[in-house]
Amino acid sequence: MNEATPSAEVRTQKLQGLGTARKRVEDVRFTQGKGNYVDDMKLPGMLFGEFVRSPYAHARVKSIDTSAALAVPGVKAVLTAEDLKPLNLHWMPTLAGDVQAVLADEKVLFQFQEVAFVVAEDRYIASDAAQLVEVEYEELPVLVDPFKAMDPDAVILREDIKDQEEVGGHGPRRHPNHVFTWDVGDKANVEAAFDAADVTVEEFISYQRVHPCPLETCGCVASMDAINGKLTVWGTFQAPHAVRTVASLISNIPEHKIRIVSPDIGGGFGNKVGVYPGYVCSIVASIVLGVPVKWIESRMENLSSTAFARDYHMTGELAATKDGRITGLRCHVIANQGAFDACADPTQYPAGFFNIVTGSYDIPVAYLSVDGVYTNKAPGGVAYRCSFRVTEASYLIERMIDVLARKLEIDPAELRIRNFIKKEQFPYQSALGWEYDSGDYHTAMDKALQTVDYPALRAEQAANREAFANGETRSLMGVGVAFFTEIVGAGPIKNCDILGLGMFDSCEIRIHPTGSAIARLGTISQGQGHATTFAQILATEIGLPADNITVEEGDTDTAPYGLGTYGSRSTPVAGAATAMAGRKIRAKAQMIAAYLLEVHDDDLEWDVDRFVVKGAPERAKTMAEIAFAAYNSVPPGMEPGLEAVSYYDPPNMTYPYGAYVCVADIDVDTGVTDIRRFYALDDCGTRINPMIIDGQVHGGLTEALGIALGQEIDYDEIGNIKGGSLLDYFLPTAVETPVWETDFTEVPSPHHPIGAKGVGESPNVGGVSAISNAVNDAFAHFGLTHTQMPHDHWRVWKTAERLGLTG
Amino acid sequence: MSKLHVQLTVNGREIEALAEPRMLLIHFLREQLNLTGPHIGCDTSHCGACTVDLDGKSVKSCTMFVAQADGAEIRTIEGMAQPDGTLHVLQEMFREYHGLQCGFCTPGMITRAYRLLQENPNPSDEEIRFGISGNLCRCTGYQNIVVAIRAAADQLNAAKEAAE
Repeated sequence: MNEATPSAEVRTQKLQGLGTARKRVEDVRFTQGKGNYVDDMKLPGMLFGEFVRSPYAHARVKSIDTSAALAVPGVKAVLTAEDLKPLNLHWMPTLAGDVQAVLADEKVLFQFQEVAFVVAEDRYIASDAAQLVEVEYEELPVLVDPFKAMDPDAVILREDIKDQEEVGGHGPRRHPNHVFTWDVGDKANVEAAFDAADVTVEEFISYQRVHPCPLETCGCVASMDAINGKLTVWGTFQAPHAVRTVASLISNIPEHKIRIVSPDIGGGFGNKVGVYPGYVCSIVASIVLGVPVKWIESRMENLSSTAFARDYHMTGELAATKDGRITGLRCHVIANQGAFDACADPTQYPAGFFNIVTGSYDIPVAYLSVDGVYTNKAPGGVAYRCSFRVTEASYLIERMIDVLARKLEIDPAELRIRNFIKKEQFPYQSALGWEYDSGDYHTAMDKALQTVDYPALRAEQAANREAFANGETRSLMGVGVAFFTEIVGAGPIKNCDILGLGMFDSCEIRIHPTGSAIARLGTISQGQGHATTFAQILATEIGLPADNITVEEGDTDTAPYGLGTYGSRSTPVAGAATAMAGRKIRAKAQMIAAYLLEVHDDDLEWDVDRFVVKGAPERAKTMAEIAFAAYNSVPPGMEPGLEAVSYYDPPNMTYPYGAYVCVADIDVDTGVTDIRRFYALDDCGTRINPMIIDGQVHGGLTEALGIALGQEIDYDEIGNIKGGSLLDYFLPTAVETPVWETDFTEVPSPHHPIGAKGVGESPNVGGVSAISNAVNDAFAHFGLTHTQMPHDHWRVWKTAERLGLTG
Repeated sequence: MSKLHVQLTVNGREIEALAEPRMLLIHFLREQLNLTGPHIGCDTSHCGACTVDLDGKSVKSCTMFVAQADGAEIRTIEGMAQPDGTLHVLQEMFREYHGLQCGFCTPGMITRAYRLLQENPNPSDEEIRFGISGNLCRCTGYQNIVVAIRAAADQLNAAKEAAE
């Protein structure tokens, strides 16, 4: 290195690579209102689509009269199932291997199901005309209670598949309303463990139906170019390539004649993984009418028809020794799938990764069975800011640990510590089949408990309980501890696919002659800041400043094939592909540098942004110099250019974890729960951008707060959706949201190229448990073991009333 | 449907247009004026993504007809920067303190924060939280938004002091 060369520290700083709190490149557009979301699109001649939806949850469609609607000036078409039948598009496959009606075919199965699609010159006319479509229904008995779905006399919902032996290849069905049974584990040994146990506990724990509710609803613009036969669809797609393949399979349009583009997406949280009737109808309308067609959901349509989450009703049991060593876990789940099984789970996992239900604990034997059933509720079953069904599983075990702690009269934090998988046990084989790659749970928990001064909190709580008993206060203090282990980054092709598509991901890099680059990925950001962070990964790998690297996603004509962004898979899978592609670039760069410096490849070493000759640091070639040389002076026999692509099939999932502590004060007379303090320690492995990680944790915790304290998509007994608008569906404002304290430990994933594990969903997984544990803990000394979410003011007050605490 | 003649000022520009009486202001801004910064996030005036500044007040532009805005002076996120492209300090602070993620609420949030700081140039964190409670964000948990608005207030106050 000569004197003119800045130090390694200075050069590293300049790269803005791994570990830097780099400001986001996306923000320059977004802060000026220059984002490009799908509803911002305007194409010449574009029409608007609007659905006619069923007011009934279960009814036969006797007739549809579209004549009045068609007579409205400006209306171009009204599609019904009859119009889609010749194209065989009146039904479509779901990601779970079931089928879903695009437009109601003879009957409707949930309230607000899509019945007809009106296409008109503007959205006002479309809306007017939709009111004029006359549909005659014959009401049928409604089934909303999942526990009654398999009663012998239960009304049969899915007549279309009533004789079908299985759905999605998940084994025999026992009842026409049965979707699947999924069981894992060692049933006999679990029974033996329970028989031999000193203590056992059992609790029924429901995780209510909720909705991801991103601020932007779903929508698309479909445009069929009749001249060249190419279909382009811009839309809110978390997995654009998968949408292209599905679109090709169901429409018979060759895949190279379909281009799917995800423009800026206004939040996803799982809502935008699925394929919805609106997309199919827009495509058909554009093909039929020869002009672009836009469809944008209203908020009520969003909450009532696309992608609910949870609706899992779980019975958990733990067996333990009297000193608190857990010896067995048993769990049964009734999964309410709604009218169609449209879960977005990998094919082999009809209940997602719910078998992570043993949590962070060394539980020797476990048995799990899940029964999925149909009801007259909206289809979906997406993972709302979590990996597939991981939040449900984590909630169950984290509540059950608290239930066991009460029974044994052991502190809940202490009981967790006694049962943690120990650092030296990793890689750890769980009783239900996962190999946890890494972790140091004790260190994380110790740090959390010390930071919040846990003993002091419990002492304060004891004083509060005494004061309450003496009538000196009407407020109860609850301390909620949760320790979660996520399983994210789906996933290895050997066990993870969706509709036969292996869940790898990809990155393609092109280095330009002047030392800048473009990287394209198979993922798509919905606010996570991929354009910022993936450039950071690459900056460190290839020694070009992140500011010189453009990251592009979401256009299937240009991006390499990938399975998209959900289940915290972008960093574990596409992030790995990015690092691996970067390494291919560097390997070729090394050969070019060796040729330019007239040394052997092995005589060079990497130094931040350049290759230097070992022992002669003044002889070096920077990546910028090598980039130019790649276009004019490569070694003989080498192809010019500097490009690479990597398709990364991860060897394992990653297992982020965290220790959360929530302190809540509950006013027993109003049921108002005030989160006084919330501390979140996350271990997401190598930290790419600490600023963005903190932002992800703040947001995930706020969503957790919404779920734990208020969100519910509820139905009445005749299937009317209650809470289908923001009048009723709780989204926390800045006033209800507390200040979040964040912290971290950093145990890298051993199999990920840069050791990163993913973080976006962890706070939702751990947050719900911590808050719910705090609410339950506030009443624990009155004998309460569990009260169901959401812990809204009414339910909390009812709990206080039931315990005889209200005045 | 017969159309009404409307005349209004948007981001300093005089606008004259014909619009259906029932046309919402948000649709007029987005579809007729191509100002797609303000967004639509709900049907019930809860989310605030459509917030604009109208005659010195924060208004959810999905709650009024463009006909009601006849004669009004409106500023949207597109009018927040100086004509020479210099960003408003709020825009800079939102980026500096990571006060946005997906960006969908951001135009409404910044427009609201702009008016909040006119109403109360030195708000406490609690006042900021109350002041933006009509604007929902699903990504950030508001924490960094509060920090960004606080930082912008400090900078604006410092600049005002320096000028005096």
